[in-house]
Amino acid sequence: MADKVHVTTLLNGESVEFLCAPSQTLLECLRDILGLTGAKNGCNDGNCGACSVLLDGRLANSCLVLGAEADGRTVITIEGLADWAGLHPIQQSFVEEDGLQCGCCTPGMIIAAKALLDREPNPSDGRIREWMAGNLCRCTGYETITRAVRRAAAHLNGEGAEG
Amino acid sequence: MAIKPFAHGNAVTVAEAVEALSASCRPLAGGTDLLAMMKADLTAPESLVNLKTIPELHEIGVVPDAETTKGLRIGAMVTLSQLAAHPAVQGRQELGRGSLTRSSMAVLHQAILRTASPQLRHMATLGGNLLQEPRCWYYRNELIPCWRKGGRLCYAYRGENKRHVILGGGPCYAVHPSDPAVALLAMDASLRIVGPAGERTMSLAEFYHPPDRETRTVTHLAIDELITEIRVPAPQAGTRGVYVKVAERAAWDFALAAVAIQAVMEGDTIRSCRVALGGVATIPWRASQVEEVLMGQASSPAPLSTAVIDRAVEAVVEDIRPLEHNGYKADLLQGVLREALDQLR
Repeated sequence: MADKVHVTTLLNGESVEFLCAPSQTLLECLRDILGLTGAKNGCNDGNCGACSVLLDGRLANSCLVLGAEADGRTVITIEGLADWAGLHPIQQSFVEEDGLQCGCCTPGMIIAAKALLDREPNPSDGRIREWMAGNLCRCTGYETITRAVRRAAAHLNGEGAEG
Repeated sequence: MAIKPFAHGNAVTVAEAVEALSASCRPLAGGTDLLAMMKADLTAPESLVNLKTIPELHEIGVVPDAETTKGLRIGAMVTLSQLAAHPAVQGRQELGRGSLTRSSMAVLHQAILRTASPQLRHMATLGGNLLQEPRCWYYRNELIPCWRKGGRLCYAYRGENKRHVILGGGPCYAVHPSDPAVALLAMDASLRIVGPAGERTMSLAEFYHPPDRETRTVTHLAIDELITEIRVPAPQAGTRGVYVKVAERAAWDFALAAVAIQAVMEGDTIRSCRVALGGVATIPWRASQVEEVLMGQASSPAPLSTAVIDRAVEAVVEDIRPLEHNGYKADLLQGVLREALDQLR
């Protein structure tokens, strides 16, 4: 059995240290070692996006990143979005637009939306759909999800919610 | 499935990584394919050497190729999203006299943007993309000992083969999954390869070969060698490229058929061109007969004549040998070729 690896990351704004086996993915480290079960284990091979996190600000599938390779990097999970004042505007928009049903894909969807809106504050509908292609939903349908991202963009740009 | 235990080390130099490589110690790039293969227990290396910690493999450089032109050298660990964002690939940085047009590198840019999902493009490296394992459902099933994995039979040949090879198949019928490789073949790219004996350069056209009966691989990369750099020659003045891909889904899917064309125009005439096909063969497939039809034909500014397009499509059909369930791919490929030729103006 290979030795465990010591990992230091900046996780949701806090410095976090943990030990993991070299074979453990970042998703396993988040869920099983650190108790952060927001990122979901959907397909576990990069297809569905339910495990999406931000790694150094870029959207990534945490099921295909080794925990050991998160050392020295910045990780943001769904748990890092809301603060004491309440939900993050993207989360609030998903609530307002009914952008979820069973909720399994939702943490990944919201993280993917954040990755997009952090860099492109005014994406077109086409761009939103293209960007969210790596996040699969089997119940909501993509229409309300697209609407939620559009509403979140408006919120974040300081515009009143539409309609 | 959890991954079987293995040891993990970070390489800092190419030499260090190459020294570590063996049948039981494999290189880890973006991990989007290898880690999925390991989860499915299709491969179980005892150790992985991380290449992402080698600084030189992350560089993208515009370097003199000849006196007046510049080529692009892409470190093997550059991610697909980094490459798509590079000014030279977007046609905003000059690579040669008259090459500063959106269309001179468009074939590569379009191929990258049609690859995988945003998540995977942030993680996947260009070097790793060229070395992906096939997505054949028999190959990816750990319980099926198919020919490609060392078994006796290709189960796709008489089985479920709707996504399989229609050109040059056998003994394996799994298609090569890469989009960028098809574009790079049309661009006449080459690879810098480093191994224990030193470095060598090989064109992408030579690098891929139909499945070898001894090694059951489709590349000339030895077990202790690494691709360190992908070299794209500077596009000549008047270069136009196009990449057209069809898949079951409009995004995040592998090609059922794809066509890459890189043509050099002289006035209205196609002076030279390279055509490569994806999603239809065990390797990115060069369509020389189509190139012969197109060479010397007038295109710009008017589209190619219907007669020329028909002849080009006929040329691609000649070699097609569909399996029981993938005859539709022959029609798709013809349609994709027509679409690509129509866009080439």
